[in-house]
Amino acid sequence: MTSDHTTTWLFGRLDLSSLPIWQAIQSPAISELIAGAAAMIVIAGAIAVIAFITWLRAWRSLWTDWLTSTDHKRIGIMYCVLALVMMTRGVIEAVLMRAQQADGLSGGFLTPEHFAELFSTHGTIMIFFVAMPLVAGVINYIMPLQIGARDMSFPVMNQISLGLTATGAVLVMSSLVFGKFSTGSWAAYPPYTGLAFNPGPGPDYWIWSVAIAGIGTTLSGINFAVTIYKERAPGMTLFRMPLFCWTVLCTSIIMIFAMPPLTVATLMLAADRYLDFHFFTNDLGGNMMNYVNLFWLFGHPEVYLLVLPAYGIISEVVATFSGKRLYGYTSLVYATMAIAVLSFCVWLHHFFTMGQSANVNIAFGIASMCIAVPTGVKVYDWMATMYRGRIRMTVPMIYVTGFFILFVIGGLTGVILANPTITYQVHNTLFLVAHFHNVIIPGVVFGLLAGIHYWFPKAFGFRLHEGWGRVSALLWIFGFSFAFLPLYVVGLMGMPRRSANFNDPAFEPLMLAALFGAALVLSALAALVIQIWVSVRDRDKLAAPLGDPWNGRTLEWATPSPPPHYNFAVLPQVKDRDDFAAAKANGRAFADTANYGDITMPKNTALGMIICAAATLLGMALVWYIWWLAMLSVLTIVVAFVARTFMLDTTYTIPADEISREHRAWLARVRAASPITRDRETDDVNQGLAVLELPETLKASR
Amino acid sequence: MGYNKAKQFSVLLLTAVILAGCSEQRSSFLDPAGPIAAAQRAHLIEVVGWTMIAVVPVFILVPVMLWRYRYRNTKARYTPDWGYSGWLELVMWGVPFMIVAVLSTKLWFSTKALDPYKPIASDAAPLNVQVVGLDWKWLFIYPDLGIATVNQLAFPAGAPVSLNLTSDTVMQSFMVDALAGQVYAMPGMRTKLHLLADAAGVFKGENVQFSGVGFTEQKFDAVAMTPEAFSEWVARVKSDGVPLDAQTYELLGASSTGAQVYEAIGTNGMPAGVIYFNQVAPDLFKKVIGRYHGGEPVLPANQPGAAGYVWQPLFNGSSK
Ligand code: HEM
Ligand SMILES: [Cu+2]
Ligand SMILES: [Cu+2]
Repeated sequence: MTSDHTTTWLFGRLDLSSLPIWQAIQSPAISELIAGAAAMIVIAGAIAVIAFITWLRAWRSLWTDWLTSTDHKRIGIMYCVLALVMMTRGVIEAVLMRAQQADGLSGGFLTPEHFAELFSTHGTIMIFFVAMPLVAGVINYIMPLQIGARDMSFPVMNQISLGLTATGAVLVMSSLVFGKFSTGSWAAYPPYTGLAFNPGPGPDYWIWSVAIAGIGTTLSGINFAVTIYKERAPGMTLFRMPLFCWTVLCTSIIMIFAMPPLTVATLMLAADRYLDFHFFTNDLGGNMMNYVNLFWLFGHPEVYLLVLPAYGIISEVVATFSGKRLYGYTSLVYATMAIAVLSFCVWLHHFFTMGQSANVNIAFGIASMCIAVPTGVKVYDWMATMYRGRIRMTVPMIYVTGFFILFVIGGLTGVILANPTITYQVHNTLFLVAHFHNVIIPGVVFGLLAGIHYWFPKAFGFRLHEGWGRVSALLWIFGFSFAFLPLYVVGLMGMPRRSANFNDPAFEPLMLAALFGAALVLSALAALVIQIWVSVRDRDKLAAPLGDPWNGRTLEWATPSPPPHYNFAVLPQVKDRDDFAAAKANGRAFADTANYGDITMPKNTALGMIICAAATLLGMALVWYIWWLAMLSVLTIVVAFVARTFMLDTTYTIPADEISREHRAWLARVRAASPITRDRETDDVNQGLAVLELPETLKASR
Repeated sequence: MGYNKAKQFSVLLLTAVILAGCSEQRSSFLDPAGPIAAAQRAHLIEVVGWTMIAVVPVFILVPVMLWRYRYRNTKARYTPDWGYSGWLELVMWGVPFMIVAVLSTKLWFSTKALDPYKPIASDAAPLNVQVVGLDWKWLFIYPDLGIATVNQLAFPAGAPVSLNLTSDTVMQSFMVDALAGQVYAMPGMRTKLHLLADAAGVFKGENVQFSGVGFTEQKFDAVAMTPEAFSEWVARVKSDGVPLDAQTYELLGASSTGAQVYEAIGTNGMPAGVIYFNQVAPDLFKKVIGRYHGGEPVLPANQPGAAGYVWQPLFNGSSK
């Protein structure tokens, strides 16, 4: 593939034949045309976005309010936007793959190489550039508010984390326009991804996008953990934290310890590919098994990194929409910590079939199964939270219901896969694909979507449209079920994963069902986009600026929506778990104080964007062997960092009277508004102020 | 018998070829054809059964809770501050713990019993086969018989088969679902797998670890035969086969499917897509593993499956 490429000092190994568009013109077969069209879409999309921003005259605002902002709330929103854009690509690729396999009996319409590129980009994108940024985004927005902090401990580092994640995403997107992405799957096992077997730029795209984004995630983990340890409001002891914050703490610890093995593995693979090292090559003492261990030493904790915050969100959502205190808080905390610790002890279950002794498999099999205990406890705790509650079936609760029913199936198949004897049969089949989608989609994705619907009014001051939200949620639930439950059957029947085609006619009907499901998921995504569109259009009707649209229980609801840059006019004095619920019950909520003070906040900085741009160029330069550009970009990064250390004026102060003015204006609006009961929370009247509905008052009114 | 065995054998092969992929070729451990796969299926059913103790209550209780405690049902009790019950806590931790304890015990014993490295106890002597994964075909060497095949694993039914596996390209995973499941085949390393078929039959075998564009073509028939049919088959391989020498092996190493190799060196005596070898260089398997341990670089030109492998241009449409 690369033998006909020549290397020039200016463009490295990049030339005309590396462009899919050029190849589509040269040999217009279906696969080439799809690749060419994808490249055109990326280019056209980029042009459209630029034109749209220009038309809105929003460049200045984009730069000063968003890209250079160090506000954890804005950074959180940018993470979510990035994730949703990437999710669109990931889902479209998924539908393409499903279409190919639905037609797989007759060979399909894509070349096997194109199919391989699709599952590699889909997997890489969905994990690193959809799930991770969505998790990071929600954490960024919510966690500081929940613990009563003004910002992250390291706001600039936070911005750099976002920049590095974006770099990875841009690199993956660039591979549509320049060259081709890896065909080596999201796990990129050598020696297949080594230089001998794949000399082209594909594996290099994978390496640099994942390595660079991974560094961003490590930094995020440090930031989240330090923020939780250091920035909690007075009185917010660890055991008063909302459960979501506990899950964030465990997730950030996982980030700190699980990302380095990935970074190391990718850099070692890079050393093999660029510097003639032999860590994982077949010859000269290399051994690919070391890569497999390092990768899953990251890979298994990774899935818990993703799902723990989702558990946190579910805990918040179930408690709020059941109008009840969370059942078994302490149990849930210990269950979360147990899962976080166990998640580092089970990586070997991803390769029970590598030939190690039965005793090793037994140890790791039992360890894997143990995770089922705390996970089961969690599910039962949430059910006990609903017990004797007053449950409202809002959009987040629909997602959570979908989670309960479907995630349990994923848990069941997880327990099945923990058994080495069964894994010998179903490993590497579509059974496994069904399993991990079954935990990732109902678990992580539904959890995050529930969280997004739950917290959207906090972030934007208006609720998301309820009707379209229901449509989307139901489409997700049924789409998932059709798309993946049949795959369990096909997997048990023995169809290998990553198959571009097959020759057993028995697979075909199930593959067609899966395609139907994927189409439903695509419409779910479309409904989500429509929902956002409709909500923005009707934002005045949906407005809930007073801040508490769901009768919330935790601190983030004690602020106006959207909250001011500094979050809290006066740092809250926390006296209780579920402090805001307690405050509302005993009349402490919405109190005015006399002691407003000046607030110092971090200034905007362009550092994150400079690093993002330079790291993107560095990635491209390394992929294409453009050495001068690589050196220039590294130099830019170093200079930017050093220059930043000379900047002493990095904060600004908001005077106390401005704060008191803003805060009192909000309090006045709260006092003037009429609170509503929960049966009207999805109506236009919901301004974000809740009536207290306690058992005593209910009895009295009956 | 009224008709000769060779004819019977070709009928069998023919059906195998025609019905490849249809239900006649058994391709799932849910339809086990040997003790290992049967035990694996039994274990699956047991695990599902035990886990149901924790799963079924969720399916029942979630709808019940949602309905019973819906907001508009003012008759249901409402206890917003209830958040702990010692008994409930004990059940919630205790029940899953007990289930996992039971399942762990079962896991322990079944993993020991079904260890792929453990020879299968049997009165019959085991048949040794050495398996080399190549880009996109399997080479089966019968060291004790001095023969080898590409993409056909024949063996007598009722006798254990002892497989030693390696790969001479990227990592692959060898699997015969109906008999024993899978184990990785890795370059420079040797793994083991034991299997046994209860009765004669044709079973799907394949590579299940993605290994490049020809990956889905890397399938073969595992054919269990009566002992007599097996001797016939060995005789036939010896008579109709070609020698497996260094040159032929280099050709096998190129990235190509079994069908492509058959086009190059197959003869009429061999079933479509299958190659018979009647002479095998001694210690070939050992050499395949050993070549990576010589302390010398294995350059892409000498690395089967690599992008620069010299034999590659022989086959069109098979570049990585
Ligand atoms: C939205 C609906 C989705 C559909 C229809 C879908 C479909 C698919 C398909 C068809 C494959 C290839 C299966 C094969 O190997 O034969 C795949 C692989 C994969 N998917 Fe998804 N997927 C979806 C969402 C997700 C999400 C949300 C994630 C993670 C956040 C995800 C992560 C992965 C990963 C990691 C792989 C493995 C890629 C590899 O083998 O290297 N998918 N998916
Ligand atoms: Cu795992
Ligand atoms: Cu799992």
